Amino acid sequence: MSELYEFDWSSIPGALPLLGKGLLITFEVTLTAIVVGIVWGTLLAIARISASKPLGFAAATYVNLFRSVPLVMVILWFYLIVPQVLKSIFGEGIADIRLASALCAFALFEAAYYSEIIRAGIQSVPRGQVSAAYALGLTHAQTMRLVILPQAFRNMLPLLLTQAIILFQDTSLVYVIGLSDFFGTAYKVGDRDGRLVELLLFAGLIYFIFCFSASQIVRRLQRRYAQ
Amino acid sequence: MAYNWNWSIFLSDTPAGDATYLGWLFTGLQWTVTLSLSAWLIALSVGSLFGVLRTVPNRGLALLGTTYVEIFRNVPLLVQLFIWYFVLPELLPRELGDAFKQLNPLLQQFLAAMVCLGLFTGARVSEQVRSGINSLPRGQKNAALALGLTLPQAYRYVMLPMAFRIIIPPLTSEFLNIFKNSAVATTIGLIELSRQAQQLVDYTAQPYEAFIAVTVMYLLINVTVMFLMRRVEVNARVPGYIGGSR
Repeated sequence: MSELYEFDWSSIPGALPLLGKGLLITFEVTLTAIVVGIVWGTLLAIARISASKPLGFAAATYVNLFRSVPLVMVILWFYLIVPQVLKSIFGEGIADIRLASALCAFALFEAAYYSEIIRAGIQSVPRGQVSAAYALGLTHAQTMRLVILPQAFRNMLPLLLTQAIILFQDTSLVYVIGLSDFFGTAYKVGDRDGRLVELLLFAGLIYFIFCFSASQIVRRLQRRYAQ
Repeated sequence: MAYNWNWSIFLSDTPAGDATYLGWLFTGLQWTVTLSLSAWLIALSVGSLFGVLRTVPNRGLALLGTTYVEIFRNVPLLVQLFIWYFVLPELLPRELGDAFKQLNPLLQQFLAAMVCLGLFTGARVSEQVRSGINSLPRGQKNAALALGLTLPQAYRYVMLPMAFRIIIPPLTSEFLNIFKNSAVATTIGLIELSRQAQQLVDYTAQPYEAFIAVTVMYLLINVTVMFLMRRVEVNARVPGYIGGSR
């Protein structure tokens, strides 16, 4: 006779404060990567479509390099480089070297993905808008800032949000450098209490709830824009 | 910062003495490629099946397809992998679970990673298949049905051949993604490329050489896949469609 697994969820309530702390780390990495990624990604996108050949080439190399290497490798690379750089600048005693490495890795990695979305967004703005802005006497920088970018960001908002959802899921990969984000904490608690099955299923459910709700919001946004 | 570069490290023997460190890297490369290709087969077949299900005029089947896609797209790949590897063997009836746990560890890791990557990517493929089918002019299906084909025949002979040719570019990017995502298997101990990178660091204390070599290998995979898929794309182009006349 085959016996089925007996669930025991009792170790989750006591672990909630710890899991909450982990969730904060997850959000910290996600939000930093979104903000830095969009700013740096916009600059990369502008560099890539600029008239300057070397600038365009440098931006394209950056973007293609980051996009062809697995995120796991990128995280490991930054965990190799960032601690050494920090040590040479600040000396010993950086509070959390794993977190610092993860923040840098995700911010610079996401910028490559965001810059492709932003580039497509900029190119989707009709050319006549640029001509009209020049005719009104705006400079190139003013045209970008006041005419092109506001329209481009409006068009690409759903894509930017979808990328943010993917990013939120991807932050769980900081597991490879042992940073205790939400997933890392869930794994550690499960391992400690011998309740890995329950904790992993619980973690999956929480991620699902966040990502599913966010993707429903994106869908609603898309529908509103389509009208 | 003084770092002693030593590229000849790749030619020296590993402690076990059965291979060079370069040999380790190639073993890793083999696992990465084997894992990605076998997962891709699962992804293509499952993705096509569910993509078709979501377009047929039957609410139950469509709901089944949507549920699959939403679950597999909204849970992180790492969590899915751990659920396949650590959770599922416990939840299976005991004999089956025990049979799995008695397999060679390498085979356990490979099977879990293959199924996980396959179904994860399958959800994305099914989205592409669905949008490919939906992008066909309505008349194609109606004409096929008017000619007396049954619905399965209309899919088999008219709609799917067109849809697959249209979605080759997005499928290419999913194909590239599967190679990159296969690196996640390092977390359960499968000795694919990125695991070998970490192992080389532990054994040789030459992190930069190891990481550079592995990164270059991933770049090579990327370039090879893009080159092959571009040829497929050129051959499969549908005349008259966007990109068809280029």
